[in-house]
Amino acid sequence: MRLEYTERQSKFRAEIREWLQANVPSHALKSFDTKEGFEEHRQWERKLNSGRWSAVTWPTELGGRGCDLIEWLIFEEEYWRAGAPLRVNQNGIFLLASTLMEYGTEEQKKRFLPRMAAGDDLWAQGWSEPGAGSDMAAIRCKAVRDGDHYVINGQKTWSTRAVFADWLFGLFRSDPESSRHHGLTFVLLPLNLPGISIRPIKQLNGLPGFAEIFFDDVRVPVENRMGEEGQGWNVAMATAGFERGLMLRSPGRFQKTSKDLIDLFKENRETADPSISDAVVKSWMDSEAYALSTYSTASRLRKGGHIGAEASTNKIFWSEMDLAMNEAAMRILGPRAELMAQDGDSGEIGHWMDSFLFSQAGPIYAGSNEIQRNIIAERMLGLPRS
Amino acid sequence: MDFTFKDDHVDFSDSIRKFLMVEAAPEMLREIWETESGRSKALREKLAEQGLTALSVPEEFNGIGLGDLDWILIHQELGYYAIPDSLSDTAYLAAWLLNNLPGDAALKKEWLPKIANGSVRIAIGHPVNPMVADAANADLLLMWHNDEIHAVQRKQVQMTARASIDASRRLCEVKWKPSDATRVCPASHGAALWQGLLDRAALAAAAHLLGLAQRMLDLGIDYSAQRKQFGKPIGSFQAVKHQLADVAVKIEFAKPVLYRAAYSVMHDKSRRSVNVSHAKLACGEAAWVSARKSIQVHGAMGYTWEADLQMFMKRAWSLNAAWGDQTFHKKRIADFIYADGAPLGPGETFTN
Repeated sequence: MRLEYTERQSKFRAEIREWLQANVPSHALKSFDTKEGFEEHRQWERKLNSGRWSAVTWPTELGGRGCDLIEWLIFEEEYWRAGAPLRVNQNGIFLLASTLMEYGTEEQKKRFLPRMAAGDDLWAQGWSEPGAGSDMAAIRCKAVRDGDHYVINGQKTWSTRAVFADWLFGLFRSDPESSRHHGLTFVLLPLNLPGISIRPIKQLNGLPGFAEIFFDDVRVPVENRMGEEGQGWNVAMATAGFERGLMLRSPGRFQKTSKDLIDLFKENRETADPSISDAVVKSWMDSEAYALSTYSTASRLRKGGHIGAEASTNKIFWSEMDLAMNEAAMRILGPRAELMAQDGDSGEIGHWMDSFLFSQAGPIYAGSNEIQRNIIAERMLGLPRS
Repeated sequence: MDFTFKDDHVDFSDSIRKFLMVEAAPEMLREIWETESGRSKALREKLAEQGLTALSVPEEFNGIGLGDLDWILIHQELGYYAIPDSLSDTAYLAAWLLNNLPGDAALKKEWLPKIANGSVRIAIGHPVNPMVADAANADLLLMWHNDEIHAVQRKQVQMTARASIDASRRLCEVKWKPSDATRVCPASHGAALWQGLLDRAALAAAAHLLGLAQRMLDLGIDYSAQRKQFGKPIGSFQAVKHQLADVAVKIEFAKPVLYRAAYSVMHDKSRRSVNVSHAKLACGEAAWVSARKSIQVHGAMGYTWEADLQMFMKRAWSLNAAWGDQTFHKKRIADFIYADGAPLGPGETFTN
């Protein structure tokens, strides 16, 4: 055990800190759940890529820096510390990319990864369907083989930013006779194909952050399949594993929220209920615990370990921590808490409502926390399946 | 940056676990509970044979000369098996305090070799604890007095035994008179030593608590896999699964906090006390939640004397407030995070 950064790691931190100081936009970008904001965030991805910072863990030949997980953590810490924009291509860079590296062909890697890093292709996910939410194996949207194409018919839903995104990755039923986890295939497709219609769904904040996607005889070439036909479930689980595991929510995000919460409590100490201090102290403890846990997992993976069902503990921990921190902020702000960021006079406090709203989604997306608890109980604790 | 333990740390704690699994079965704990002293000479001798009493004692005093990080996994195992012995107080805390006394103290020469061979028990009186654990069994008491350290013989103090819900904890109120003859370290030097002692004691208690949390979870898992209702093991019901999953989450996120604190103590980092308080709170919460969920899963059995769960719950409830209760440790963290210019936010986790 050695809990000190090496000279190389410290240099890396200094390098990214300097670049971010020079390049992070001084004004906040518009929400990436709007068309304009989405494109502003795409420009930022291009800027990041120009400094070769958009996908630091990827190999250099694909546009990355070949960073290990500790360097990735350092990058993320600096990124959140600098208040840099949210990553509009997170679905691509942190989730799909990991799966592509593992299951994609060399040709697919070269075709998709550099354009992803450059912000040329921004990705949406196609998992959920009206009848397949927590029960993802109930997927019905079909991709039936017709020569060198798949013909897709059906519907996907809750697809984040699909209204604006360029590409979709998702899971489709390629064997109409199959059921549950069998006969599913993982397909990548551009969202401008004929036969695709996309209907925005307004989220809690009134912006079209979700979409429903309808497929009507959409033809996708077979080379857009990832992994073998019928093996899509395993491929998707790898992505879902990364999602709940390490890369979806890096600790810097919550450490930033905790710091803001501490500042907020200090500024409002005269008026805030003193008992809120407990939640503020807990925010620091939990965000640090999450960071320590991530460093611990990264150390283990670097030595050849694997991330298993304990990834589900991460999902529960960060989503509940995020809820608690934002609830504490609401309590501190009292009657002003309801002011929205769009309210011109809300000043420094309006962003808390955005953050509070988003925290409500944490225990639901990326596999609801109830599903995660089942996974922990059955795969980590060995309790009998129901 | 490397958060993993060395192989020899892991191997040693594995061997201790296997030893305790055989030697410290719940039936033996119950037997020791029934004795007047609450301590077993035979168990202490076995612990000594494993080298545990010698762990912190320097080689020049016939010990092994290991440190805080070596102890942390061992303390977890002692907690897991709820070992009814003042091993941590004597062989970890008292050994550290004695060894760090200024000068060429005769006390070191007299007591450290005896600690190493397992023949003595030493109790520690610190104002954060209203009572002294194991005073009645102690061959020597190391007592706080205005930051001075005093070494007192058992016959020099007046003791009143107090009954703890955990029959493995033997508590005493101790009255004594400090004098020049009992003082072995002045306050000028003692203040920092007592700080170091308190942090080590809270760290050890945190590790015991984490071990207890895991044990109570394991007992809950075993019980819920065996006990059938409605024709199925109760562990197959989501309502039961989710309670135990919550415990697993608490344990998973207390562990790295504990190890980080042990590292800070070992290397005397300036954030040492904050890291220790964090570990004590996180491990205490894991144990507290584990106790509550495990008794719930055990149903009426959990409320009996017969079920083994009681031994671990009672230890957890007691240790949670020993060596600084929640109020004490939260305040240390609050003082840190509310200070002007405190190193907070992303990238400060390992700032010293």
